[in-house]
Amino acid sequence: MENIRNFSIIAHIDHGKSTLADRLIQHTGVCDARNYKDQMLDNMDIERERGITIKSQAITLPYTASDGKTYSLNLIDTPGHVDFSYEVSRSLASCEGVLLLIDAAQGVQAQTLANLYLAMEHDLEIIPVINKIDLPSADVERVLEQIDSELGLDPDTHLKCSAKDGTGISEILEAIVQRIPAPNGDENKRLAALIFDAHYDAFRGTVVNCRLFDGTLKAGDVIRFMFNDSVYRVEEVGHFLMTRQKCSQLSAGEVGYIIAGIKTVSDVSIGDTITLNEKPCEKPLSGFKEVKPVVFASIYPISSDDYEDLAEALDKYKLNDAAFIYEKDSSAALGLGFRCGFLGLLHLDIVQERLEREYDLSIILSVPSVRYRFTLKNGNVVYVDNPSHYPGVMAIEKSEEPYIRASMMLPERYIGAVMNLCVERRGVNSTMNYPSPGRAELVFEMPLAEVIYDFYDRFKSVTQGYGSYDYDLIDYRESPLVLLDILVNGEKVDALSQIVHRDRARSRGVQACDRLKDEIPRQMYRIAIQGAIGGEIISRSTISAFRKDVTAKCYGGDITRKRKLLEKQKKGKKRMKMIGSVSIPQSAFLAVLKSDSD
Amino acid sequence: MATKAVPGLYIHIPFCRVRCAYCDFCSTTDIALITDYLHALSKEIELYRDDFPTFDTVYLGGGTPSLLSLNQIEAIMEKIHNVFSIQHSSEITIEVNPADLDLVDLERLRGLGINRINIGVQSLEERELILLGRRHNSCLALVAIEEALKAGFENIGIDLIYGLPGQRLSRWHNTLAKAISLNPSHLSCYELELKPGTPLGRKCLTRELPVHSQEILRDFFMSTSEILEDSGYVHYEISNFAKGMEKASRHNQKYWDHTPYLGLGPSAHSFKANNRWWNHESLAEYIQDLRDNKHPVSASETLGLGELLMEAWFLGLRTKRGIDLDVFQQRYGCDLMKEKGPALIDLAKAGLIIIESGSVRPTRSGMAVCDALALI
Repeated sequence: MENIRNFSIIAHIDHGKSTLADRLIQHTGVCDARNYKDQMLDNMDIERERGITIKSQAITLPYTASDGKTYSLNLIDTPGHVDFSYEVSRSLASCEGVLLLIDAAQGVQAQTLANLYLAMEHDLEIIPVINKIDLPSADVERVLEQIDSELGLDPDTHLKCSAKDGTGISEILEAIVQRIPAPNGDENKRLAALIFDAHYDAFRGTVVNCRLFDGTLKAGDVIRFMFNDSVYRVEEVGHFLMTRQKCSQLSAGEVGYIIAGIKTVSDVSIGDTITLNEKPCEKPLSGFKEVKPVVFASIYPISSDDYEDLAEALDKYKLNDAAFIYEKDSSAALGLGFRCGFLGLLHLDIVQERLEREYDLSIILSVPSVRYRFTLKNGNVVYVDNPSHYPGVMAIEKSEEPYIRASMMLPERYIGAVMNLCVERRGVNSTMNYPSPGRAELVFEMPLAEVIYDFYDRFKSVTQGYGSYDYDLIDYRESPLVLLDILVNGEKVDALSQIVHRDRARSRGVQACDRLKDEIPRQMYRIAIQGAIGGEIISRSTISAFRKDVTAKCYGGDITRKRKLLEKQKKGKKRMKMIGSVSIPQSAFLAVLKSDSD
Repeated sequence: MATKAVPGLYIHIPFCRVRCAYCDFCSTTDIALITDYLHALSKEIELYRDDFPTFDTVYLGGGTPSLLSLNQIEAIMEKIHNVFSIQHSSEITIEVNPADLDLVDLERLRGLGINRINIGVQSLEERELILLGRRHNSCLALVAIEEALKAGFENIGIDLIYGLPGQRLSRWHNTLAKAISLNPSHLSCYELELKPGTPLGRKCLTRELPVHSQEILRDFFMSTSEILEDSGYVHYEISNFAKGMEKASRHNQKYWDHTPYLGLGPSAHSFKANNRWWNHESLAEYIQDLRDNKHPVSASETLGLGELLMEAWFLGLRTKRGIDLDVFQQRYGCDLMKEKGPALIDLAKAGLIIIESGSVRPTRSGMAVCDALALI
């Protein structure tokens, strides 16, 4: 255990986290040059393209330090978005220290702080690392000042590096060994291991990533997941060194993987505690939360012929995404589809993109919704996450919507702007703290429905990127809720309906009509878009018909060029859903939620 | 039927004295290459001796065919008559620049069997001609038309361009009225296309010059059609008007119904038996290939039924005659009413097409949006 170090790298986006990870991997020789590629830990195309990490990853780096001893450095990579903040917290709970990476040119940014606070919550050793010192615009002095004043850390503890050209990498490795404490724990105690990630392997089933706090674990052991209360026999344990390396036993303090004939990742809960079935530990490790979807939307194939393919794709996709849930659904306007649950809008976005990219499907998502609770006049209580199941105003005794507690960290100067934003989003019961000079913590209770779409982006924008935000669901609260329908050319499009607060219905209706007007391209006819509550039309916009769209020249026999142009346009049109005689693009369904402020 | 229809011959003459500000057609101002070009063209004609024995239309386009000397034009005509059989009643067209030819030249063209002349007038307003970078003035255009009449041409077409940056609708109507008063048998009225690679296109894309809105361009289009049809012209294709269908360009119509055509000269396109091929755009490559006794073909494609169908559909919708449903089904195996019936009926209700006596044809408003019609 003396020779183990568990750490993570945390940073604002684009401050070079993946590059530093790549460099550490290279330096310790886990991966030879032949197999090396950039962003080693971001396996998915979508991660590489967006420069974000979606799934956690762990890798063991064998390192011989200047003291002559060989250490196992376990690097646990974490996702970087509020939708996945619970996963991040479980990853950090598996570490004893972090490298806090700061771009020498950009200095301390919002995520630098947000991540720092998270690390502090877990009592981790923090090593500030100033990256990109090779840049002409690097200003190390300024960053040092910020480390002192904005982060409240001792600037003398910093390291400098250029992950790009490899400067300072050995110093970082040495610091990990010397400054991050070895894990403590007792291998003689009963097994307690924290699950911080799981992924699906087509041959072996679910591979569970975990951190052992106490005890040992080997093949043949019968384990129990304490929250799920399920029991498995361990087939294999080991470490990740780019690929899985089987070992005889995992011991307290170590990070490794378990294969135990677990069918899907949905059988595993992140944050759950693994113990031995026969000799369980007294109580599970702290911090467990059941991850539940909070945003719901229906997915429909653009062409109804693709329904079976979509069903199959969801089935496969689900194997590797425990947080994602789905069930059959049908829409009057869009046909057969699936109602799906997501952790947040980014999660939804990722699912959509992966379905389109990895399974080559063209899909439409309905307007996202939260899960409402209605007490009916007959005494029944129903949960409704699909506006088309809205019970009808006459049947409802009481309507309630989910509330969150949003915690926001921000420099003092943005308090006014953020307060405005939160009040605009029906925020109540605010409290404010000053954890360090110049820095405020603002807490608001807000309806979840007000934050799911673009609150995060708006928050980032009003704090100029310096704010960090996280939330917890707290309870359901009574709220007058009505159903806002959207009619396109007189036809109700159920997939565009929303459940909204009565006082906001009119403005939301106007907003939705405006947004749709921008999103739906001009067509050959004039298109009326109306918002309606009950039978009453409350808003309206019109998309005028195109007037002229034909180009003059089709002469000299070059018909091919013109045909190819039309074929291309036709392909683009195929990505839209025909509703009656109107083609509605995918983007329209999300856009109705977009607020006016941006 | 296209398969029985007699093919058309197009010859691209890729030379211009100056390049017009709006034009991105294949053309060079390096007239020193004319001799090499003519030599290459002569060889290319030979290459197709067996593939295309007979034509009933010939079209000398460009570029500026009238930049060639009369002797050079005569040589081309002689060559094609020697190699191919040009039917007796053929339509033989030449495009000319108003500044190039005098009465004697025009009479000689008549003597060569050329019976249709298409004059690149473009505008009858001095300021507009300068903007377009044309080298003639409006007087020359008027003179050219008069002399063509004197020389005995019965088929005289003039080309005009509308939708110029800053052009007022009323000024365009003046131009149209002047053009009508000259009584040409054919008028092509093209909306100015802004090509990024042209000086005028660049100025418009960078907003140095104003660009018309869709609504205004529609007004140009609709009023042009209205004015010309009121003056006795048939709006037989989106940009083309004729004094009766017998004066419509027989050659251009071949492009629109899959009749075979042979295009010679750089960048020219050909079509036969579901194959389309096109020559190098570069004059140098064109000349070099023929020097090496090779077909100067840049690329080719074989059209599948789906592609033929798509072309017939969108090209048909560009013409007043429209699409004959029976013929369409026979040729392309597609029952349009069955495939697209409800959408077509919606379009008819919206006044964009007329479905009548076994055909689907665009209305004037339909022609204005016929690219979109083609996408249903």
